[in-house]
Amino acid sequence: MAYLLKNARVIDPQMALDEITDVLVEGESITAVGSDLSAGDAQVIDLSGKVLVPGLVDVHVHFRDPGFEQKEDIASGSRAAVHGGFTDVCTMPNTKPETDNADVVDYILQKAQKVGLCHIRPSAACTKGRKGEQLTEMGELVAHGAVAFTDDGRGVQDAGVMRRVMDYGKMFGKVVMSHCQDEGLVGSGQVNEGVASSRLGLEGWPAAGEEIQIERDISLSEMTGCPIHIQHITSARGLDIVRNGKERGVQVTCEVTPNHLFLTEDSISEGYETQFKINPPLRTEDDRKALIQGVVDGTIDCIVTDHAPHTRAEKAREFELAPFGMTGLETSLASMLTNMVRPGLIGYDRLVQCMAVAPRKLLGIPEVKIAEGYPADITVFDPEAQWTVHEEDFLSKANNSGFLGAQFTGKATEVLVSGKLVMKEGEVIE
Amino acid sequence: MSFNHKHLLSMNDLSESDIMTILENAVMFEEVNRRRIKKVPALRGRTVVNMFFEPSTRTRTSFELAEKRLSCDTINAGGSSSSTVKGESLGDTIMTLDAYNVDCFVVRHKYAGAAKLVTQYTDACVIDAGDGKHQHPTQALLDLYSIWRRKGTLEGLKVGIVGDIAHSRVCGSLIRGLHTVGAHVTLIAPATLLPARPDVMGADATTPFFDDVLPELDVVYMLRVQQERLENSPFPSLREYSLLYGLNKSREHLMKKDAIICHPGPINRGVELDSYMADHPERSVILDQVFGGLCVRMSVLYLLLGGAENGISA
Repeated sequence: MAYLLKNARVIDPQMALDEITDVLVEGESITAVGSDLSAGDAQVIDLSGKVLVPGLVDVHVHFRDPGFEQKEDIASGSRAAVHGGFTDVCTMPNTKPETDNADVVDYILQKAQKVGLCHIRPSAACTKGRKGEQLTEMGELVAHGAVAFTDDGRGVQDAGVMRRVMDYGKMFGKVVMSHCQDEGLVGSGQVNEGVASSRLGLEGWPAAGEEIQIERDISLSEMTGCPIHIQHITSARGLDIVRNGKERGVQVTCEVTPNHLFLTEDSISEGYETQFKINPPLRTEDDRKALIQGVVDGTIDCIVTDHAPHTRAEKAREFELAPFGMTGLETSLASMLTNMVRPGLIGYDRLVQCMAVAPRKLLGIPEVKIAEGYPADITVFDPEAQWTVHEEDFLSKANNSGFLGAQFTGKATEVLVSGKLVMKEGEVIE
Repeated sequence: MSFNHKHLLSMNDLSESDIMTILENAVMFEEVNRRRIKKVPALRGRTVVNMFFEPSTRTRTSFELAEKRLSCDTINAGGSSSSTVKGESLGDTIMTLDAYNVDCFVVRHKYAGAAKLVTQYTDACVIDAGDGKHQHPTQALLDLYSIWRRKGTLEGLKVGIVGDIAHSRVCGSLIRGLHTVGAHVTLIAPATLLPARPDVMGADATTPFFDDVLPELDVVYMLRVQQERLENSPFPSLREYSLLYGLNKSREHLMKKDAIICHPGPINRGVELDSYMADHPERSVILDQVFGGLCVRMSVLYLLLGGAENGISA
């Protein structure tokens, strides 16, 4: 199948490209970019008024498959990803069984291929059972397609173990991603320690519980030479630690979620809204402002969703019993367009950098440029589309979004994955 | 007398006038509770379910007696025999009981926000009888009542709360309540027993040094040492706790002549209070609190369930 994508504003900072032009896709690749391309047999899609960029990548999602398919599975997760404008996602290893062996990686990749909607790039656990004790068989996991190592959902508690993960793992050229959470400090913390914990009578989850491991892992990266990626950063001070590391030349990168960019602990009232219960927790307005600045100044490398689907029944429980996490794939781009691009905090080039270019580089997956010869992984969005977030519009199985009722301007409309049109005019094509 | 609330969930929802309405109304019930026939027909035909999902003796009996003396039909649910143990969700438990057209749920639960959650599953009024470490509004109201009855006023009083404030649902309500009625609240505890932001709860001051502030206090509110928490070691030993924060005879010389002592019970004698102080005939209002609790809970039930609208006075 071939497509001539016409009249979009094509933006790719990698090519210093920002102009209204056409893109020809043939087979799995982009075969031409220019304004006088002949359609030939290609299906012409008019994208006037829309923006075309390299396919968006989310390096932090939970698809719950295998093991928790009542929350999400690879098919529904893929649909949600495409619906939100993503061509690639990196799945986290807290499945059941855990993604700590090659069989589970094989299962995920085979199922993803069968579903055939987006690229799924599985991460694998760095320790067996994510117990923080024994290294996983990283060599074999990489050979089967694992793109990164993380015990996400838990921090590796023992610094010696983390050092071995990095020292051993570095030979495979994959990034180690760290969920930073010191369990001694965090305990059964539920919400940010401070105003929220005091107001709500809930155990506090102090920012220091995260910052201490960020500091530790940056030191270990310096010591071992293994690149480290700090997952879902939440606090101003944590960000400063990363900034200092970068200034010293440490191979450290970090990510932030729209949850932490656009919501704070103040969202949780005495109504105990469980959709705002996430890990690490929503923090203060000052933290939020610092994170926004981190996206603007480039300290934050990637925007991720930490898409964490749960069933309605699980989230309808008492706050302390409800699981951590909120969904995000179907609101991420829209929230960034509405809250970051539209007010002029960042331009499209920066958006593409942190939602497409940097995430690919982090995972070491093939580059995508809007240029001849590159994979046709393409996202198109309508920057003027106005919409309100309704749970019935989600393609994810879950509806535990923190953005229900939010009004956004900007929405993904078309997605091509390896040259295949998987969403057109906002409708996912299966 | 106006009281426009459907539920009693949090002291954060009550104005000073709401609080005073409850307290003034409770005075009426004092008289009822001293009669030979301690029962009025005010809430005859109303059904109240006491849902105590965690053990409680004094709060449950106090509510139950309050309901009975108002002529409510009362049932007790929850506890180890409840369907919760069989894995039923809180929502399903409430919807099941609500099918009987219940008028009021009194809810005690291990987790914060549970009473509020109950309101999503029923049209009945809901009284929070303690949710996790969040709120326990009737406890705060009975504390305010006892202090008010003894001191004649609440505004401007200096109240010191001593002990495990961080893990206390009583404090979640009491500090806010005292703040609302214009009392000055000082929290006295080591940092390991304080919440991260006492100011957010309504406290005016905090100090780890009991003896420094004891001479200024009109009311000394002693919290129970939660011995089950000692494994997490917020302080080194009961002995040291008692030394630093125990209110015992040796500290009496530091107290104002008319300072009173409150305690929500149950007391650990010899830890936070010695028997001299706990039973002090002039200072201790601990048993007044128990009696006041009955009157205040009758008042709350009466106001929420519209006893006054039925044209029946206490």
